[in-house]
Amino acid sequence: MTSARVFFVGGLISFRALFSWLNPWVYIPSLLVAPVFQILLFVYIGRSAQLESDSFYVIGNGLQYAAIPCVFAMANTIAGERNQQTLGYVLITPARRLPLFLGRAVPVVTNGFFVAVFSLVVGGAIVGVHIDGSAYPPIAFVIAVSAFACTGLGLIAAGLGLIARETAVLSNIFFGALLILSGANVPLDSLPGWLRPVSDVIPLTHGIAAARKLAAGESFTAVLGLVAAEALIGVVYAGLGYTLIRGTETISRRRATLERA
Amino acid sequence: MRVVRVLAYGWLFQMKMLMRSSFNSWLGVLYPLFFATVAFFMFRAGSDSKPLLYASLGAAVMGIWSNTATPAGNAMAQQRWHGTLELEVAAPVHFALVLLPLTIAMATIGIYSMIATLLWGWLAFGIDLHITDPLAFVLAVPATVVSIGALGFVLAVAFVRFRQAWALGNMLEYPVWLIAGFLVPLSLLPAWVRPISWILAPTWGIRAIRGAALAGPSYGAIGMALALGAAYVAIGVLLVHRALDAARDRGTLSLT
Repeated sequence: MTSARVFFVGGLISFRALFSWLNPWVYIPSLLVAPVFQILLFVYIGRSAQLESDSFYVIGNGLQYAAIPCVFAMANTIAGERNQQTLGYVLITPARRLPLFLGRAVPVVTNGFFVAVFSLVVGGAIVGVHIDGSAYPPIAFVIAVSAFACTGLGLIAAGLGLIARETAVLSNIFFGALLILSGANVPLDSLPGWLRPVSDVIPLTHGIAAARKLAAGESFTAVLGLVAAEALIGVVYAGLGYTLIRGTETISRRRATLERA
Repeated sequence: MRVVRVLAYGWLFQMKMLMRSSFNSWLGVLYPLFFATVAFFMFRAGSDSKPLLYASLGAAVMGIWSNTATPAGNAMAQQRWHGTLELEVAAPVHFALVLLPLTIAMATIGIYSMIATLLWGWLAFGIDLHITDPLAFVLAVPATVVSIGALGFVLAVAFVRFRQAWALGNMLEYPVWLIAGFLVPLSLLPAWVRPISWILAPTWGIRAIRGAALAGPSYGAIGMALALGAAYVAIGVLLVHRALDAARDRGTLSLT
């Protein structure tokens, strides 16, 4: 019961306290306006380069922008505690670590899902991309799975945040890598051969591919393999992230670098 | 002479400060490189006939704007956090002479990003930098930096009342990348967007740089970039007066 409370209530409270972007002066420009302009930027670059259709970039960038709220917010669960000088208190609590850290991921996934759906719908409406109404529920499910996978990557950023100071730089690097490698803008067969295996094991690649197929009219069962791969990647990254947090927590205690990093 | 000295030393001092920040030095170079890489892949895979150098130059100037937009929006707030805003406002020189070198220094840091992008394009994508008119190119780069810095100056002053001004500056990053024509010809944008593009100095900056590299003399575009930069400074100075008067009246100068 205590673990459930730590998971749900603790997770929500820490999200509200630490994710300073929930202020409307930050949330609206950073998480609602910026993704729409990212979509417009790549739609027009795509038109200029004469590469892919508008829907390719609307779906790709709509989903890819989930990386911003997911990775940044998750990394901030550590960096934010340190900035507030509460990290030490969190780490000496007797609460079990699994609900303590994974509980913080639930609001992050929810927020990432909302941002991606908003970007997709508004961006698509602006450039005139039509997606059949029946495709929206399975696409929404794919977005939720993709947001979960991205949050797994965010857990890794959070773990590194225990030993690295610049979590914002780290989160931006993750975002940039996803921009290039996830197939959001560059068709995967246009990437160099040695980069393709990387694309296959990062969040979003399979989710974006599945969402594009659903928007093109394919059934959910046809993309089930892609969705399962995206979910599996999310589970693996979340596991790695949690393990990393426990490992770096030990290192930071041993080296007394908890507040210094 | 005194004005020039304040501007020059202010710029030098701010450059030293900015170069100490890993956020500026690493992220300022890396972040535009990600977008440049995507653009290079897209233009290489696409069927458009424009040379890759077109994209390389555009992506290079994107870095100058990236390094200016968010930090400039946050410039006043940062002085508040440092506890130096009141001292700078009370200094015997006009506050604009303190703020302008800061935003121009931010744009100057973007030259790192510009060089990194051109080098990355050359090393990873084989994009050779052929410059048709070297003199115009050498003049166009500082003109672009100064005019973008001047635009940052206007943003810094315009956002003075917003506590989270960095987010507003950040929000302007993509729109300016798009409508200044860094990677997309203005002719592809809706007609109503073009007048907005024309009053943005980055539009003329990239036109000057790209023109000097690909087509030949681009002194008209250099002149337009500098003229718009001067207009931004004039607007910024007027806004500084109003903002400082209002902050003094209400006692809100140091409020964070």
